[in-house]
Parts: sequence; C-alpha cells; structure tokens
Amino acid sequence: MNLTLKIWRQKDSNTKGQMVDYKVTDISEHMSFLEMMDVLNEQLINKGEEPVAFDHDCREGICGMCSMYINGEAHGPDRGVTTCQLHMRMFKDGDTITIEPFRAKAFPVIKDLVVDRSAFERIQQAGGYISVNTSGNTQDANSIPISKHAADEAMDAATCIGCGACVATCKNSSAMLFVGAKVSQYALLPQGQIEAADRVRNMVAQMDLEGFGNCTNTGACEIECPKGISLDNIARMNRELMKASLS
Amino acid sequence: MSGFFKSSIGRKVAMALSAFFLMIFLLMHVSVNLLSVFSEETFNAASHFMGTNWVIQFIMQPILIFGVVFHFVMGFVLEIKNKKALGVPYVKNNGAANSSWASRNMIYSGLVILAFIVLHFIDFWFPEINYKYIEALPADPTRYYAELHHKFVSPLRVGAYVIAFVLLGLHLAHGFTSAFQSMGITAGRKKTLKSIGKAYAIVIPALFIIIALYHHFNH
Repeated sequence: MNLTLKIWRQKDSNTKGQMVDYKVTDISEHMSFLEMMDVLNEQLINKGEEPVAFDHDCREGICGMCSMYINGEAHGPDRGVTTCQLHMRMFKDGDTITIEPFRAKAFPVIKDLVVDRSAFERIQQAGGYISVNTSGNTQDANSIPISKHAADEAMDAATCIGCGACVATCKNSSAMLFVGAKVSQYALLPQGQIEAADRVRNMVAQMDLEGFGNCTNTGACEIECPKGISLDNIARMNRELMKASLS
Repeated sequence: MSGFFKSSIGRKVAMALSAFFLMIFLLMHVSVNLLSVFSEETFNAASHFMGTNWVIQFIMQPILIFGVVFHFVMGFVLEIKNKKALGVPYVKNNGAANSSWASRNMIYSGLVILAFIVLHFIDFWFPEINYKYIEALPADPTRYYAELHHKFVSPLRVGAYVIAFVLLGLHLAHGFTSAFQSMGITAGRKKTLKSIGKAYAIVIPALFIIIALYHHFNH
C-alpha cells in the first residue's frame, strides 16, 4: 500500500517543531508500524535526508519504549497493543496517517517523535520498590501465603510497562494510571504493605512535583493502555493515600 | 491531613465530597419543586417552612452556598492546573475514541450550570432575600406558588432553564461515578452504583424540566 504520512519533526528540545508530509510506497499490510517507519527512514537516508527519530527497543510489546500518537490515539487505532505491535493492516491503501510524539509538559520532546519519559523513573525511585534485606537471610517468597485474587490483581498491575500512553492520552496529562498501577502492585502483596504508607505519599508527591495533571476519571487511559491496566488501580491509589494521610 | 488536600488526589477527594453534598441538595430541591405540580397548598407550606426555619436559613443555607462556591472554585483550580500540565497541543486528537463527551467537557457543562445559578439567583434567591431581610415585608405563607408559577411565563426563561438542565444531566452523567472513583470506590465497575448514577443523571434534570414546562403550559 501507498501512504501519506504527516509527521512531527523537531530538531531538538529547544527548537520549535512542525508537521512534515512524506509519501511511503510498497508497504506490506503484514508490516508492523515501526517496520513501516524503518522503510520511510531507509527512503529518507537514500535521498540524503535526515531520518525520523523515534523510540523503540524490544519490538515485542514488553519494553514500553515505542510511543507515537497515531491518528489521534496513543499507539494508534488498535486496542491492547504498543506501536511495535500495531500492524499496517489497520490502515488502507491511500490513507493519510498523522504521527506525533506523546504530548505532556512532563514529557518534553527530545527530537522528532522521541520524548523524555524519565519523570516516570523519578516517580519509581520515590517509592516504587520494596526494601529487601539481601544479606542472605531473605525469606523464600513462596513461604508467605497470598490469596489467588490478590496475586492476580497484583500481577495485572505489574504488567504496566511504563510506556506513558496513559499520560499521552489523558486530556490533563495525568500519570495516575501509571502511579496507581505501581502503588497497587505492592499494596496488594504482604511484602509491599510494610512500606505502603510512605510509598504512596512519596510517589504521589513526586508525581505532583513532575507537573502531571489531575485525574478527571474519563477512562481514556484505561482504553488506550496497551496492557489493559484498570482504573481500579487509580481508585486503590486514592484509598491508599487517604489511609496513609489518616495514619 | 492538610498536606493531603494540597495533593492532586486530595483536591479530587475534596471535589468529590462537595459533589456528594450538592447531589443530595439537588435531590431535596427537586422533591420540594415537584410538590408544586401536585398541590399548591403543600408546595406553599413546604416553601414557607424552608424559607423561615432558622436552621435551614442560617446554618444549611450558608453551608450550601459555601459548597457551591467551593465546587466551582476547586473546578477552576483543577482546570488551570490541568492546562498547565499539557504540552504542545496535538494536531490530531481523537478523544471520542476512548472517552465520553460529558467526561471531557465537565468544565463547559459546569460553566453553563454556573451561568444558570446566576440566573436562578436573580430569579428567586435575591427577590427572596429582599422580601424577607431587606424590605422585611410581612410573612405570607401563600405567596410561593404564585411567584414560581409567574417565573415560567417567559418561553425564553423556560428555554434557558431546559438547556441548563440538559447540561446538568451531562455533568451528572460523568460526575456521579467520577465522584465515587475519586473517593476510591470503583463505581464504574459496580453495576448497581453505575445504574443509580445513570438514573440520577436522567431523572433529576428531567424532573426539573417537567416542572418548568408544567408551569409554562398551565397559565
């Protein structure tokens, strides 16, 4: 298929960007979206032009690196996928596709479609972990009884890959689905409950400090999340913070 | 605890608490108004009680005004903070693909409701305050029905009220479950709460509309 691409080009974080039109030809419907971008970049390099910068790593939906806001949606029009898992069969021959970087004040553009998502790292560092004594006396995790329900819910929360689609999608650039998932992942397990109050307080404080917006409960983040992280995690985070503030 | 209400989540909880208070008030307001459709005497008696009982006048009324002002001010504060969090606007953004119109436009439905409250105060509250406390006219337990009935002669006013109530319905359609979610209760997933929310968002504004139309067409 032949396509017209409208892509955000921005030299660096200090330069103003703009949309630039490109034509790509001979795209197979079996290609992933990133493979289509590779074809475009090959064409640009052959013409002596600057290729489009975009994030990618594992290309199998695990690392959370690939971003892109495609035709007005994070990771494009498909559901439960990252951009690397989005296939060109979702588009038709002759389509015009708009490709933009994830937008949020806390996710500044580094170049073209690459954004700085290190704000998520700083939120994680603020409390997204459990303090474990690794001196050799660590208790076997299997010796701590955990209900199947709690284990499943914690695992569901832990599937968050921190891609930032929730922030990119949110009309307020809120990071609450991400933080909610990270808080829930530990709050649901006995190992995480010891530091639960400090964790939620510190992670929410860091989230606010990074300049993310407030949650309006539109539910858009849940729909666009490639891992289907549920809004229940935001509600749990709210409960955890209320509990921590009262204690 | 004061630190909690300075956090993004704390502000949402405060917003939800004021929303619960206002939703209870709406239920009470529509119940009293509904009496005007069935019995002039009962409506007059209820209005006279509401308008002269000192607990309602001097304790409940100031709390209500504070609740309304707080909900609006906090709504604006959150909106300004949210706008600050946004980056360069998207060239193409398909919000309808993942969220309802009502959920994305709470500030606009809220602004229409604010404009309506101003109109409503000019129509009913200011004349009432003037009657009772400024001109200090003698109490007349039979005046309320006629005052209400008279206000709905103008089709323009009725039209404005109907539009405002439709927007109120949209505001509640998202606001009801959103308030529960902010309080940590996953209303969106609990079938009963979700159904109550939908019913509340339809029935309350619909009753207000029916009452306005009833008085307009019964002159």
